[in-house]
Amino acid sequence: MSVPVIDVRGLAYAYPDGSQVLYGVDLHIHAGERVALLGPNGAGKTTLVLHLNGILLPGAGTVAVSGLPVEKKNFREIRRRVGIVFQDPDDQLFSATVRADVAFGPANLGLRGDALEQRVMHALDQVGMADYADRPPHHLSFGQRRRVAVATVLAMEPQILVLDEPSSNLDPMARRELADIVRSLSVTVLMVTHDLPYALELCPRSVVLADGVVAADSDTRKLLSDEDFMRAHRLELPFGFDPRTV
Amino acid sequence: MGPAHRRRTHVPGRTPVHRAPAHLKLLALLGFMLVVVATPRTAYPAFAAYAAVLVALIVVARVPLGFLLPRMLVEVPFVVFAVLLPFIATGPTTTFLGLTVSEPGLEAAAALLIKATIGVAASLTLAATTEPHELLAGLGRLRLPHEMVQIMAFMIRYVDVVADEMHRMRIARESRGFRGSSIRQWGVLGRTASALFIRSYERGERVHLAMMSRGHDPSGGRS
Repeated sequence: MSVPVIDVRGLAYAYPDGSQVLYGVDLHIHAGERVALLGPNGAGKTTLVLHLNGILLPGAGTVAVSGLPVEKKNFREIRRRVGIVFQDPDDQLFSATVRADVAFGPANLGLRGDALEQRVMHALDQVGMADYADRPPHHLSFGQRRRVAVATVLAMEPQILVLDEPSSNLDPMARRELADIVRSLSVTVLMVTHDLPYALELCPRSVVLADGVVAADSDTRKLLSDEDFMRAHRLELPFGFDPRTV
Repeated sequence: MGPAHRRRTHVPGRTPVHRAPAHLKLLALLGFMLVVVATPRTAYPAFAAYAAVLVALIVVARVPLGFLLPRMLVEVPFVVFAVLLPFIATGPTTTFLGLTVSEPGLEAAAALLIKATIGVAASLTLAATTEPHELLAGLGRLRLPHEMVQIMAFMIRYVDVVADEMHRMRIARESRGFRGSSIRQWGVLGRTASALFIRSYERGERVHLAMMSRGHDPSGGRS
């Protein structure tokens, strides 16, 4: 089989204050997959995500991106390959204009001039925000800011797009628009979410993290239909939602 | 929380004043202010000339008075000080509106008021005709240290975010029956301020994290 885009083996991690969050996580994601990462608050989802681009380094185990180990000497290339969209777009968008913010990543990769401009406009096109290139991010609606945040990462042409709670705080329309955008991208996606219908809609495969280990890794519909498993792992579907009939 | 109620200091436009390069406008403002401040305080014809130049600029830039005047309120502390001057200054006295006041004090007050008014109006005109990020780019072109420009850029970017956060905390406080009218409740305001500080600090860390994730290299990368 091909080299997985994300290859996490036996990952364990404890924060400097001693609280251990991950106890041996194994996760493989192959090119073109869309995978949902589910689990209750405090299960270690964000901690796992921060290992994918070397913001955190494993206490034990290994992380590799398309065969390249996540180590300090590879950070530049790793951060090009792994694009993380954080939950609060205000954390991600810090520049005076949308254009400057989308250019930030590719400029860090050394792009300049026309190549940079093309990269920026293409990324904004992909999220339908090209008309807003010269607007200040803080004048956009929340949904628009989330889309620009996605563009800031797409502009780096990552091999995998990691979305942290992409549907949080979005109105149903903006949630739908973002889903359409994610579907239209031909990039591998790892989506951290509590929004189980969203996971079912976008990700054929789901991984459940519980107490710092992978508790399940299977077909999303099958997983969400397993009531006993769901209850045991603090996962709950919205009222009236039946994954078997969607 | 839409953009509608944001404090605005900028009036969009395509006039020559708007299109002039930001660093030239900054230098012009600085030069103008130095000249105004250095003018002897009784040279009233000179002040009239400065005011005429400024008014001409405001007209050319099409900045509405209704926009400018309310924002001139930042001058109030100067006005208070100027009004006090004739009463606290010493020297020969004169009668003004039936009150006995110090003559040099009166002159100083008039000069202070005139200079402050011209200064505030000129600065507001610059702000009204220049987008904040153009101003920053202008400061960069004037070789202001990169770090200082960066810090100002972050401030401009996040002042609304922090103000919104403060606003939401105030609403949450008042929704639980709090009224900050008595001095005994200042403790609550202090705790709110520290909570806001912690939140802003943490946001700073998250912004830094997001920048790192997009390949930002804090040690180098500035060529």
